[in-house]
Amino acid sequence: MTNETLAGYANVSLYSAMAVFTIAMLCYAVYLAGLLPARDRAGDREPELAVDRELVSAGAPSETAGTPVSGTPRPGRPDESDVPSRARAAAGIGATTTWLGGMLLVVSIALRGLSVDRWPLGNMFEFAVMGSMFTSIAFSVWATKRDLRWLGLFITGPILLVLGMAVRVWYTEAAELLPSLQSYWLVIHVTVAVLASAIFTLGAAASAVYLVKDAFARSGRSSFLDRFPDAPSLERTAYGLHIVAFPLWTFTLIAGAIWARQAWASYWNWDPKEVWTFVIWVVYAAYLHSRATSGISRQTATYIALAGYACIIVNFAVVNVFFVGQHSYSGL
Amino acid sequence: MADTITQPRLGLVGWLRWMWRQLTSMRTALFLLLLLAIGALPGSIWPQRSIDSARTADYIANHPKAGPWLDRFGFFEVYASPWFAAIYLLLFVSLVGCVLPRSKVHWTAMRSRPPRAPARPERLPSSGRAELEATSEEVLDAAREVLRGKRFRTDSHDETSVSAEKGYLKETGNLVFHLSLIFVIIGVAVGHLWGWKGDVIIPVGKTFSNTLLQYDTFAPGPWVDPQKLSPFSLKVDKLDATFEENVTGRGQFGQPRDFTAHVTTEAVPGAPPKQSTIKVNHPLEMTDAGVFLLGNGYAPVVTVRDKDGNKTYSGPVPFLAQDNNYTSVGAIKVPGAGPKQLGFSGLFLPTAIIDKDKGPTSIFPDAKKPALALTLFEGTLFPGGRPQSVYVLDTAEMTQVKTDKDQPLRIWLEPGKTFELPGDRGSITFDSVDRFAGLSIRHDPGKFITLAAALLALAGLISSLVVRRRRVFVRVSPAPEAGRTVVTVGGLAKGDDDGLQEVVEDILATVQRRLGSA
Ligand code: HEM
Repeated sequence: MTNETLAGYANVSLYSAMAVFTIAMLCYAVYLAGLLPARDRAGDREPELAVDRELVSAGAPSETAGTPVSGTPRPGRPDESDVPSRARAAAGIGATTTWLGGMLLVVSIALRGLSVDRWPLGNMFEFAVMGSMFTSIAFSVWATKRDLRWLGLFITGPILLVLGMAVRVWYTEAAELLPSLQSYWLVIHVTVAVLASAIFTLGAAASAVYLVKDAFARSGRSSFLDRFPDAPSLERTAYGLHIVAFPLWTFTLIAGAIWARQAWASYWNWDPKEVWTFVIWVVYAAYLHSRATSGISRQTATYIALAGYACIIVNFAVVNVFFVGQHSYSGL
Repeated sequence: MADTITQPRLGLVGWLRWMWRQLTSMRTALFLLLLLAIGALPGSIWPQRSIDSARTADYIANHPKAGPWLDRFGFFEVYASPWFAAIYLLLFVSLVGCVLPRSKVHWTAMRSRPPRAPARPERLPSSGRAELEATSEEVLDAAREVLRGKRFRTDSHDETSVSAEKGYLKETGNLVFHLSLIFVIIGVAVGHLWGWKGDVIIPVGKTFSNTLLQYDTFAPGPWVDPQKLSPFSLKVDKLDATFEENVTGRGQFGQPRDFTAHVTTEAVPGAPPKQSTIKVNHPLEMTDAGVFLLGNGYAPVVTVRDKDGNKTYSGPVPFLAQDNNYTSVGAIKVPGAGPKQLGFSGLFLPTAIIDKDKGPTSIFPDAKKPALALTLFEGTLFPGGRPQSVYVLDTAEMTQVKTDKDQPLRIWLEPGKTFELPGDRGSITFDSVDRFAGLSIRHDPGKFITLAAALLALAGLISSLVVRRRRVFVRVSPAPEAGRTVVTVGGLAKGDDDGLQEVVEDILATVQRRLGSA
């Protein structure tokens, strides 16, 4: 039994979310454009200066005792005194609309779940919507702790792309599940997998921005990237995201194996989907490893992380659709 | 003379040591990890014999040039191929060679004191300084207490400093993670060596006892004694199957919704019978084996009689489903028929229609309008006594029975109907429709080792990624003004540590507050 009215409202909510994300994306684009004119003035500024000024206020406790604190830079907010207020306002709207879009996706997912009376993670359409929801919410939450306005466009853009694919290519009408998918391990395993993928998405976006910024910084050409946090701090942000996602992915792997033993008698069958989940895990393990290996540059390590993300995309968009295996029933 | 002999021997040892160093280096580990990822991929691209041998055979037949070469290099058995084994074995040798020495180093580090404070802690990556209204002893005592309150281990190597360290759990977690990976592999190996797996099809009403002979297929690990299986038995009382009968959405009509097998089991012969159910995703756990419902289908019950009306065959015959509507193929073999043995071959259709193009076919998976569509062969059923599939007739020494018009004889049967076979061959009756349960029974003694090791690895991983290894040094010196002390705090971390400066400042501020000079 499916409730078509609720499913209809779920879709309305989804389309509203897409409209709202479009606004968010445009706002973040305006913000980045706003960084452009500042380039000429910013070109000869020392990037560290901005961070140092930030530190003085961060050292407040010891200032009260009248003694200065010296220290190393922390990744803080980049200096924004010469970002046009128009751009700052746009970024503010971007942040708010990203929150709103995420909430609309939550509503859409909840309605869809109610309409089919099950956890709304049974086919690629539902994976894509929940993945976008986790990505936008994780981004918004992270952005309350750090300045991530520079990342906004590179998150809302891909979210819109994925939602567009979801409604155009992967759309599946609300329906019940096959017996093989009726398990609470589905809820645990797939939800965590989608959450991990969402955080890997943030990590990949930050990694890509880092590589571009690093290339520009080394070529000495100036661009709006000059107003982003410095390259090492971008790289640390990307790493910070990856080390949240990696244990989640490890858990996905273990939960998947437990479920496989419940459903298919054997916890590991080298089914194409399992192979790719394993490969993704190994590639990201290699990334974490390479970051601790002397003689491997941060750039090389970041490329390995991006290779891991490429595997995630293949696993979702290619393996689900074209490879024959026991996961093939997930429905398209 | 002695020189010429010892030189090459030393060289060999040196060379081996060099190889060992290379193998256990982080770089090699990284290379092997990436190689492992790449090596695992072909198994998802080409069909694998261990998963689907029929598809593999098809693939090789359809690719006469590439197929045999791919086969030679193990591309159809990637996970059992020597090159794949070489990658992971080297990786694990490297792992052991890397982790054991590190464990020893870490063990000593955990039991030793934090190192001596540098003379000028302000030169460390993070630092802070303040002047306080207190003696140096008071400041050091306060610093010690604050640090212990923040779970640092503290020590002093001289009168004017405190050294502190915390986050040993980071390295511990990392070692636990890597060591647990070894146990994951051990668990897999135990399951492979002592585990077994068998498949069997049991029509409703039949009893299965867990002995080698009763299995349709049985795959034991190399160290399994198939004569000593756990002696349980299991009777399938009923099999419920429900399918979607409402048109609720694209492609949903006729989709399976629930399968449940109701069974009666005996743990050992003569034990009190116990009733349970097996569902997809809900296996039944017996002693030393899990029983999984992986398939189901129809077993039409038929009776074959000779020309005098004596039963030559009676019972359910499983037919194997070929599509989502359970158009099923099978064979009814009647070795007791005379004068020649009879074999029926054909289709069982749960909801039968005769399609203009496809011929007899089923349009719904449930048994709404069942029918059997058969043809008849006579001759020798089991030529040479070779093993053969129960679902297919071996017609090598059989001939097809024809009608007067020299057309193959076609038999169409609905439940309750009898078909008189031409030429004094007797009759066949379609009595009723039963279902069968396709069960997979598996014993894996290593699964708990693997599970425990995997969870331990996860715990180790989390603590290694979350915990920060930090050293903090506090040094005091008298201020120019009497009764006041200058205190310098410096922090040092392993790897990047964005929060270190904050920690140093926090320690400094807490010491100040404690001494009441804020
Ligand atoms: C099955 C193979 C391996 C996997 C999946 C693996 C995975 C990982 C992962 C995910 C990390 C980062 C998390 C952490 O810091 O705990 C890590 C760190 C590390 N691994 Fe491995 N590893 C493997 C083999 C090895 C080998 C063979 C060595 C030694 C040559 C090694 C040495 C290290 C070291 C020293 C670190 C710590 C890096 C740091 O200081 O942060 N690992 N490994």
